[in-house]
Parts: sequence; C-alpha cells; structure tokens
Amino acid sequence: MKSYYLTIVLAPLIAAIVAGLFGRQIGRAGAHTVTILGVGLSTVLSGYVLYQMLANGAPAENLSIYTWGIADGLRMEIGFLVDRLSALMMVVVTFVSLMVHIYTIGYMHDDPGYQRFFSYISLFTFAMLMLVMSNNFLQLFFGWEAVGLVSYLLIGFWFKKETAVFANLKAFLVNRVGDFGFLLGIAGIVLFTNSLDYAEVFAQREAIAGETISVFGGTPWNAMTVICILLFIGAMGKSAQAPLHVWLPDSMEGPTPISALIHAATMVTAGIFMVARMSPLYELSVTALGVVIVIGAITAFFMGLLGIVQNDIKRVVAYSTLSQLGYMTVALGASAYSAAIFHLMTHAFFKALLFLAAGSVIIAMHHEQDIRKMGGIRKYMPITYWTSLIGSLALIGFPATSGFFSKDYIIEAVHASNWHSGTTMGEQATYWIAYLSVLLGVFVTALYSFRMFFLVFHGEERMDAETKSHLHETPWVVTVPLILLAIPSAIIGWFTVEPVLFGGFFGDAIVVSESRDVMSRLGEDWHGQVGMLLHAFKTPVMYLALAGVAAAWYLYLKRPDIPAAIKEKASGFYNVLDRKYYFDDLWIKGFAGGGRRLGDFLADKGDRVLIDGVIVNGTANTVGKLAGIMRQLQTGYLYTYAFAMIIGLTALLGWLIWLK
Amino acid sequence: MEFPAHLLSVLIWLPIAGGIVALVIGDDGDVASSKAGLMRVTTLLTSLLTLAISIFLYTGFDKTTADMQFVERIPWVEALQAYYYLGVDGISAPLILLTTFITPFVVIAGWDTIKTRPAQYFAAFLILEGLMVGVFAALDGLLFYVFWEFMLVPMFLIIGVWGGERRIYATLKFFLYTFLGSVLMLVAFIYLYLQTGSYDLLGWMDAPLTMTAQKLIFIAFLLAFAVKVPMWPVHTWLPDAHVEAPTGGSVILAAIMLKMGGYGFIRLSLPIVPDASGYFSSLMIGLSLIAVVYIGFVALMQKDMKKLIAYSSIAHMGFVTLGFFLPWHISGSSGAALGISGGMVQMISHGLISGAMFLCVGVLYDRVHSRQIADYGGVANTMPTFAAFAVLFAMANAGLPGTSGFVGEFMVIIASFKANFWIAFFAATTLILGAAYTLWMVKRVYYGEVANDNVAKLEDLSRREFLVLAVLAIAVLLLGVWPAPLIDMMNASIDQLVERIAEPKLLQAGL
Amino acid sequence: MIGLQHYLTLSAILFVLSIAGIIINRRNLILLLMCIELMLLAVNFNFIAFSRYLGDETGQVFVFFILTVAAAEAAIGLAILVVLFRNRQSINVQELNTMKG
Repeated sequence: MKSYYLTIVLAPLIAAIVAGLFGRQIGRAGAHTVTILGVGLSTVLSGYVLYQMLANGAPAENLSIYTWGIADGLRMEIGFLVDRLSALMMVVVTFVSLMVHIYTIGYMHDDPGYQRFFSYISLFTFAMLMLVMSNNFLQLFFGWEAVGLVSYLLIGFWFKKETAVFANLKAFLVNRVGDFGFLLGIAGIVLFTNSLDYAEVFAQREAIAGETISVFGGTPWNAMTVICILLFIGAMGKSAQAPLHVWLPDSMEGPTPISALIHAATMVTAGIFMVARMSPLYELSVTALGVVIVIGAITAFFMGLLGIVQNDIKRVVAYSTLSQLGYMTVALGASAYSAAIFHLMTHAFFKALLFLAAGSVIIAMHHEQDIRKMGGIRKYMPITYWTSLIGSLALIGFPATSGFFSKDYIIEAVHASNWHSGTTMGEQATYWIAYLSVLLGVFVTALYSFRMFFLVFHGEERMDAETKSHLHETPWVVTVPLILLAIPSAIIGWFTVEPVLFGGFFGDAIVVSESRDVMSRLGEDWHGQVGMLLHAFKTPVMYLALAGVAAAWYLYLKRPDIPAAIKEKASGFYNVLDRKYYFDDLWIKGFAGGGRRLGDFLADKGDRVLIDGVIVNGTANTVGKLAGIMRQLQTGYLYTYAFAMIIGLTALLGWLIWLK
Repeated sequence: MEFPAHLLSVLIWLPIAGGIVALVIGDDGDVASSKAGLMRVTTLLTSLLTLAISIFLYTGFDKTTADMQFVERIPWVEALQAYYYLGVDGISAPLILLTTFITPFVVIAGWDTIKTRPAQYFAAFLILEGLMVGVFAALDGLLFYVFWEFMLVPMFLIIGVWGGERRIYATLKFFLYTFLGSVLMLVAFIYLYLQTGSYDLLGWMDAPLTMTAQKLIFIAFLLAFAVKVPMWPVHTWLPDAHVEAPTGGSVILAAIMLKMGGYGFIRLSLPIVPDASGYFSSLMIGLSLIAVVYIGFVALMQKDMKKLIAYSSIAHMGFVTLGFFLPWHISGSSGAALGISGGMVQMISHGLISGAMFLCVGVLYDRVHSRQIADYGGVANTMPTFAAFAVLFAMANAGLPGTSGFVGEFMVIIASFKANFWIAFFAATTLILGAAYTLWMVKRVYYGEVANDNVAKLEDLSRREFLVLAVLAIAVLLLGVWPAPLIDMMNASIDQLVERIAEPKLLQAGL
Repeated sequence: MIGLQHYLTLSAILFVLSIAGIIINRRNLILLLMCIELMLLAVNFNFIAFSRYLGDETGQVFVFFILTVAAAEAAIGLAILVVLFRNRQSINVQELNTMKG
C-alpha cells in the first residue's frame, strides 16, 4: 500500500509543481488538466483505501517513508499513519478538492492568474493530505504550516487588492499565534516522551499524565493539561475558534473556490482533526477538555449571532462556518470525537456546497457580493437555487439531511456528557454554557442561513437593470460540482450515521476513556435512522430550527421593516455585533498596533538613543572630548614644549631626590 | 592520505591566489574592457573550482568520528611553538562548505553591477573567501587569530570603497567594534599559551584552568564573539554595516562572517572554558532571548529593507547562541546535543536564507537604487518570477516547515522547552514576530497596486539573477525537506562536545 | 681659589640663561639655536670640570664629540632656518605653530 499512499500525496504535489513552474508552457487548459488529473488520481486512490478498510477490513498502517534527521536520539521521520480516521479525511479532502478544481475552471475563467491558482489549490491538497496522513508531530506541523502558507497565498491571490493582502497577512499572523502554542505543545511532548511519533507518544501517555510542570511561579500543573491546552491553541488558530477567529471572515477576500475548499471544508477543520487524533492525550486531561468545550461553545453561539448582521454573502457563510466549527469543538470537549468528525464530514460537503453556490451567484451577479442588492434570483438560477436550499437545510439540521444527524448528535452528546453528570460547580457551569450555546445556536443558525437564503433568492429584485439583463444560470463546470456536492449533503448522513457514530468505525484511531464514552452510551438508545427522525420531534432542536426559518421568513420577507426598527432601537447591541465584539479592534489596534509602537520605541529609544547614542557614540564622544581637552595643551609653540620639558624634568628630579 | 592531498590548504590558498591573479590582470579602469572580462571569468572560475574541490570535503568526510580530519600540521613559528595546523570536524566542515557555496553567488551577483575598480572588488571577495575558510580550518590559536584579523581587511575595504553614502561611519564602527573584541581574544590566547606552552586549540581544550581564569577567558572570548554574532547589546554595527555595504558584502557578512561568532563560541568558549560557560549560561540565554524578542520588535519597524533583514539576522542568530548555551539548563540524558545541533543547523540555514534575501534586495536596488520600503509597492505585478522567489525566501526567513529556516528553530525550541517553559515561550515568539516583520515587508514591497513609475518600469529577473536565486531556493528547500545529511555530519562532533562540557575541568585539575 | 663649585655654578648659570632664552624668546629662531648651543656649552663645561676634578680624560673626549655634533647640528639647524625663511618669509617663533593640535 505504500506506493498507493505515496501516489495519493505526490500526485497533487507534482501537478502543482508542473502547473506552477511551467504554467506558461502548458497553457490554461494544460494547467487545469494536469492538476485535475493529479487530484482525481488521489481521490480515486483515497476512495480505494477507504473501501479496502470498510469492505475488506484492511488494517491501519503505520509506516515510515524516510528519516528527516536524527539528533540527540530524537528521531524525526516522515511517515504515514493510515487508519480509518485519516482514510475518511483523505476521501473528504480529495473529493471536495476535486469538486473545487472543476468548479474553478468556470469561476476563474477570465482570471490572468489561472495557472497559478490551480497550482496553489493542488499544492494545498498535497499539504492537507500530508497533515491528515501524518504519523508524527513533525509532519503534522509541516502540513499544519503548509496549509497555512497556501491559505496565505490564496487569500492574497488578487494581490493588487489592498484588502486582500491585508487579510492574508492577518490570517497568517493570527494562525502563527496559534502555531506558537502548537509548537510549544509539541516541544512539551518531546520533553516527556523524547519522541515525535504518535504511536510512541500515545504509548507513554499515562506517564505524561503523571508528570507535572511549573509554568507560573512554583504552582505545578499537570503536564498533560499544559500540553493539551498548548496544542489546542494551535487548533484555535487553524480552526478559527474565539478569540483567534478574526482571520476567517477576512479570508473571504480570496476567490470563492478557496473559501469553499480551504476556509470551509478542509483546512479549518484541521484543528478538529488534530484534537480527534490526539484523543488519547485529551482523554487524560479533563481540564483541557473543559477549555475545549467552553471555547467551542462561545464560538458556536456568538459567532453565529454575527452572521445575522452581515450583508456580504460570503461573510454570512464564513460566520456560519465559525459557528459550525464551534459545534465540532464542543463535540470534542464532550469526548464525542466521532460526532465531531462526523459533523466535520457532513459540514465539508454542505458548506463547500454553500460556498460554491454563493460563488455561482457572485459570478452571475458580476462579482457583486452584497445581499441587499440581490433578491428573487430563484427564477434565473434554478440549479443554484435548489442546491443552495439543500445546503441551507443541511446546515440548519433539517430532519433527514446530513446536517441533521451530525448536529443532533453533537447536542445529544453534550446533553449526555460527563459535564452534565458532573457534580462540581465548574462542571455544571461548563455544561450549561455548552448546552445552551449549542441549543440556541440552532435557532441562530436557521435565522441567519435563511435570512441570506430569502434575501438572495426570494423577494423583490433589488439589483440594477444592467446586472439583471445578464442574470442567468452558470455554466456546467459550476453547476455540476454543485449537484455532486448536493447529493452527499442531502443523503450522506442517512447512510453513514450508524457506522460512523456507533459502528466502532474509527477503531483504535480514536481513544475515549470508558467513563467518558458518551457516544457508546448514546449508541445504546440507537433505533435506526427512522427512530431518530421520530425522536427529533420530541426534542426542542428541530422546533428551534423551524422557528429560526419562520423568523427569517417573517422578518426579512414579510416585514423587512422590523429588522430595520430593531437596528434603530437596539443600536448599541447592533454596533457590538457590527464591530464583531471589537475583537478586530483588539487584534489590529491592540496587539498589532501595540507591537508596532513597542517596535518603534525599542528601535528609537533602545537602539538609536540608548545603545548607539549613549553607549557607542557616547563612548566615542567621551574619548573625543577628552582628546579635545588634551589638544588645548598642544600649542604648537616650541617654547611651550621646552617649558613643559623643563617642568617635567624638574619634577622628576625633585621626586627622585625627595624619595631619597 | 585522502585525495586530493592538502585539501584544506588548497581551499584556503586557491581563492587567495585567484584573487591575486585577478588583481594582476586588473581591469584597465573600465568595466567593459577585455581585461575586466578576463578578470571576471578568472574570478568566477576560481570560486567555482574552489566549490568543486570542497565537494571532496563532503564526500571524503567520515561522519562516524569526532576526530579532526584532513589534518595538516607543519611547524610555522618554531620559537612560539606555533604550527600551521589545519583540520576539520563535523562543526567546521559544514561552515566551510557554506563558505565555498556562497562565494560564487557573490561573484555572479556583482558581475556587471560593480562599476568602480571591479578587479579589486572581486579580488577582495576571493581573498576573503580563503581567509574565512582559514578561520574555520585553523586548529592553531595563532593561525586562527591571524586569519580572524586579516579577514577584517577585505571586508573593511569592501564596505569602505564600494559602500553607500555613510560608508565611512559604517566601516569605522564595524572595524572598531570587531577589532576591540578580538584584541581581548588575543590576550586570552596568550594567557592560554603561557599556561600550556603551545597554541594547539585541541590541547587547550584539555588544559585544566582555575575558575577565575576560566571566567576571565570567557569574558574575553565573549567580547570577541558576541560582537561578531552579533548579540544584543553589541549589535548596532551590523545594521549600519549592512545598509552601507554593497550587495555582495552584505551577503558575505550575513551569510558567513556572522557565523564566525557562533563558531567561536562552539569551538573555543564551550570546550576550553566549559565551567565558565556554564557559569555565564543564564546570562547568555537571557541575551539570546532579548535578541529574539527585542530585535524582533525593532525589525518590525524598520523602513529600510536591508536594515530589516539585518535585524532579522540578529534575531535568528539569537537562536544559535540560545541553542549553544542550553546544555547547562537541561537535566536528564538528552536534549543538550539537540540545542547545539539546532544552533549549528540554524547557522547554515541562516547563511543561505539571509544571503538570498540580501541578493533579493540587491536585485531591486540595482534597478531602482533605493532600499526604502516606501519606495516600492506592487513589485509582484512587474516582476512575478522575482516576487515568487522573494516570497519563498521570506517564508523561509519566517521559519516555515519545509524550508531550512524551520529546522534549526524547531530543534532549538524543543531543546529549550526541555530547559524551561519560559525560555521556550520567548524563543517561540519568533514564530509570530518573524512572520510579522518579514511578511509585512513582503506585503508593502511586493503586493498591492504598482506604487510608482519606478516600479512600473521594473524588468523581471535576468538569467544571471534567476540562476543565483534558483540555486539558493533549491538549497533552502532541500535542506528543509531533508536535513538529515547535514545533521548526520555534525552528530559525532557535537556528541563529543557535549561529553566534554559535561565534565568539569576544575576537577581534572584538582582545584 | 677657584674650585669645582665655581665651574658648576657658572655652568648652571649658563644653562639657566639658555633655558630662559628658549622660553622667553618668542621672536627669533636664530636666538633659539644660539640658546641651544649655549646649553650644550654649559654641559661641556660640566664635563671638563668633572674630568679635571676626577682626573678622568673620558669626559674631555665626550666634549669633543659634543662639539662635533653641535657643529653639525648648527649647520643643519641653520639650513632648516634658511629653508623655513624662504618658505614663510619669517623666522618669527610666534608664527611657527603648525604642530598645534
């Protein structure tokens, strides 16, 4: 299988290199042909690998490719760990990537950077595969940073746009804040295990949990808690959890295909994947899980609220992505790793679909992204309309769609989790924060999703006549991916919910300690998909979702004056939402501005004034001044020198005599 | 006897001889003259030949031993017991390879951009190359000192003659700073000579010394090497020297001359005065972290590209000294060698990356004659190929995995976590700061709309420039994807060094 | 009776006079040269006096050496003086301060 794995990884890389370096020679058609072939090959082989595991029970493989370096007994290797978790991720990544490749042919049709774009997204696929297939922390970090690099390049793809190059710098730096924690976490693991290999580290996990480390003063911390929180800081950066979420909405400056691929379906889920992969470690630190669940809950609810006030079609979807990532994080914190990965998968399909559909609308609207200038597009773009509807329904968790199964089980898992049964104040508080957030989040999700949906596709046509005259359905390269993504968005949940969540699908890939195994507890109540549908009518979740849709319909189609009035009345609250809770100000003005001021201060007062001025030039000046005084003695007149000589001689003689 | 015989001597004297030949050929005071052409070809061939010969250093190198290899030893000044004593181990061999690798680029980069006195310019670089190899290869204290000080002369001339407007100030600062430090090193050498009766560097490593003597020697070495590295707070000569130096001078300065300081620490300070090194290690780590954090912030606000890269060099070299002085803070069996290896890898990698970044600034400077960030903007529009290279090197400078910049930083951060959480914490801020100052510069210079007419008129890379940057890019990527050959080369020597510093010299002496 | 001390006193007076001449005289370079000669004569005086007093001829040999050197010195000094005058049209000591720091 080694050659398969290598092909899966290298095919997109080679395609990216060919398209990137020889883009001019092979032309536009050549560029998209070679990259689609590369990614297509990866997709097929990934599918084959997963199929082998499911149908023939192929075992997980852990193999080393080459030794990156050995220093001081620390082996740093590049290798693959392909188990069901990574196989599933590989299929999701390559499939969405392939769809996006095809879609790009239509979306970027007139762009001068066509070959460059294909090269980047293929390179991204390579990096993401390296990340999910890694069997060690070094390669994980490589993939982690490499997807960040491609994300940087792609957000700033239109590098002439000032906003785009601002957004990509911001994205990279905020991610680097996360990576800062992540790298420290890896260093912590090496400290206790002297290994970077997953298997070796996991084998020693009990030992780590027994160690302590003092961080602040002399207070000893559990080593596992410190490591897990540090690693999670990395996940917060990559998966855009508050307060490191600020880069994701801005990343929408990039072309829409990459918003779908990178900033919805794959890269941003790397953090979720990582925590799931590290489940053997997280399971040993309840404190770290508490941090995870609270951060996730805050993100899930509060970021969703922001989606309501956005007017940029892509930003609405971006905030919904933030909120959904929060859901996944909550699932992780509730020890329901498989539910998180399940939601990751369904979300990858329906969110990619929503982004691509948004992109389709944007193409048709001639790159107009403001939903206030759309409306009634339904009749012009039927395919986009219906696929968007499927995507939106899946997003709000409408019964039987894929999102329904995944999201419902996250909420169920939180409800059934150890946090709920916990006895301490802290555990109870954590539970209520998490549970209320995910529950209310359902309403909010439905509200902003259908607000956008109604504003774009229904109601009066608010675009100008010029745009309206050109409005028509997008070409097949755009619509075919939409349809291909709509199918799994609608049905994949139905077919996979049982095996993924309750069938022991992940095997040893995900480790949950027995006492916290919320998913197996839920599995006892599993009565098939139909049973779950029926059960849904008894829980508030579905009614909250429907209420959200109804509210959106009433507020934005029936009585659009009410939102305006609310905006007027509650302007304080609206402003807080509009300014995104002032997080952007905190980062840009607070940290970035503060850093620049500090830099200025150090450069000016430290280097220029203190070191150069006082110490270096100060020394030189002191020497100079002394020399200036000495120089007054040098009159240049012979008789002065003679006089000095005599005086000196006399003094010397006098001293000698006196000494005697 | 390995082939070719006297390899190290050849590597030292061949470029020096080539430089003298270039001087003899001359240039008729005219860049376009046939003599100047011949001179340039001679220079290039010499540097390439040196590079080719240095490959034997790699192929013939025995990675399994920590002993000195390619040793040459003949009496030099009998009265002083000084020998012409050369040899390399896993610590110096990579640095020699770096030197021979970088020099041809400098020659090619200055090919037709140096208009005044080209013969002397090229000769200076060749002679400098020989002297630098000499520093890395010398195993005799006196010989080391001679190469060390002579090295200043060509560099002094390169900045002083072909430099920018404030070159006199910069050269004076450069010379005084570095010279002041090295004079104290000479004093320490003389003391060691009086104690041991020889100038044998390896002999000094075994010589027992009292703690007081060790401390004084360490301080003398510290002043010499800290200036070269440069460490905070004796770093301010570097930005000035870089800004005023011609492109080639900056490249050599950043890529190799700074490594002299690191090399001095690891070759002299650590093994000769291990107890004092341990005594001062907290101070050294503190200064290194200041270099990483403080200088990172200073770099952020630089308006001059060369100054920015110069400050970034200081921050990156902070990792080198950090790695070197970690062993005393790591308890347990492993980690000490990791930090030192990381520091060494960082030196090699920084040599490639900073060299490449200065070459990039040179490419722009040759066209627009400005180093100010504010004079650029949107360069990617007119120079797409160049911008691709620039972004690659910027990413390498920011320590992206897959480039060589990551390897050393990764190893040092891991080792520093073994020492103390907060050391690792401050060291790791480079992830944020490094990315911030490098990419902010990239944003302002390369991205955006075409800022002005100068940028609009830019032409993309010539074939000569492309070749230089492409080879460096390949080296940076190769080292990032597969650093094992480099790390393996150093392992034996570094393990031996760690053993040596773990044993107190004071006990041996019974003091 | 004229004893050693008289010779030494005379020599000292001559010496002090010449020093005073060097220091006080600020006009004429020739005077300066003459003062130097006088100083040397004072030293010669001492030599001869002591030579006679101690009965050692070496002192007188030294005097001859000094006289010869003084003659050469005077010649060179005067030559410099001539060149100086040619260049600056003056032998005023007050104006000769090119060594001023």
